Amino acid sequence: MVSLNHFLILSGVLFSIGTVGVFLRRNVITILLSIEIMLNAVNLTFVAAGRYIGTVDGQIITFFVMTVAAAEAAVGLALVISLFRHRETLSPEAFTSLKW
Amino acid sequence: MDLISFYIFGAIAVLASLGVVGQRNPMHSVMLLIVSFGALAGLYILLDAPFTAVTQIIIYAGAIMVLFLFVVMLLNAHTEDDLPKTALGPRALRIGIVLSLALGLEVAFALSRLGLTTFSNDPGTVSAISSVAKIGTQLFTTHAFAFEVTSILILVSMVGAVVIARKES
Repeated sequence: MVSLNHFLILSGVLFSIGTVGVFLRRNVITILLSIEIMLNAVNLTFVAAGRYIGTVDGQIITFFVMTVAAAEAAVGLALVISLFRHRETLSPEAFTSLKW
Repeated sequence: MDLISFYIFGAIAVLASLGVVGQRNPMHSVMLLIVSFGALAGLYILLDAPFTAVTQIIIYAGAIMVLFLFVVMLLNAHTEDDLPKTALGPRALRIGIVLSLALGLEVAFALSRLGLTTFSNDPGTVSAISSVAKIGTQLFTTHAFAFEVTSILILVSMVGAVVIARKES
């Protein structure tokens, strides 16, 4: 029988994979993809918790997370395109002019 | 049966996500992420959330990932640059990996100490959760304000994306 623990452990593992991706990759697009993995891990937690409690609230907040993820992807990718035009690279090390 | 499906979908999701992180070609990363999202949709079906599963496929795999694919093709950046000499160096990178693995182990350990919490199989609860009508009602009554604010957010991000990505003349 599948329990809540199974889903929570799976989403913990997925979230860690996303974190590793953000740390490991040297490509802005892959970093954005890793953030999407993390968002999805959290979505899985919400839906599993909602199933456990017995309400649809988990699915509703997942719906909102998806909407915000769409907005984030649109703006993030626009930024990537704009940065690529200026620097001709996708490496995050190239975009440090605001770094003190 | 449920357990077998869970392990199959979970394994697909984890392996595909590992592939996303491990690939050097962004195009392959995006494709693998679509696979991972498909597996997650299967998990949502297991959780009696068909609406969320379909939304996952349509919005995530259908819309957001296509956006990513377009940008990857547009920028024509097939491989990642070689690891440059960062100010922090590869040691910081290694510390980051170790820390995130520690996070995963910590979460798994903490959850494994939690007692086994099984889902209720009450048919009333299951049908209430998987009902799209109920989700719609909740969305347009209790969460109506958040829903409307979301539309403003989408509008703002749309205008923002156009303004940011515009060619400066």
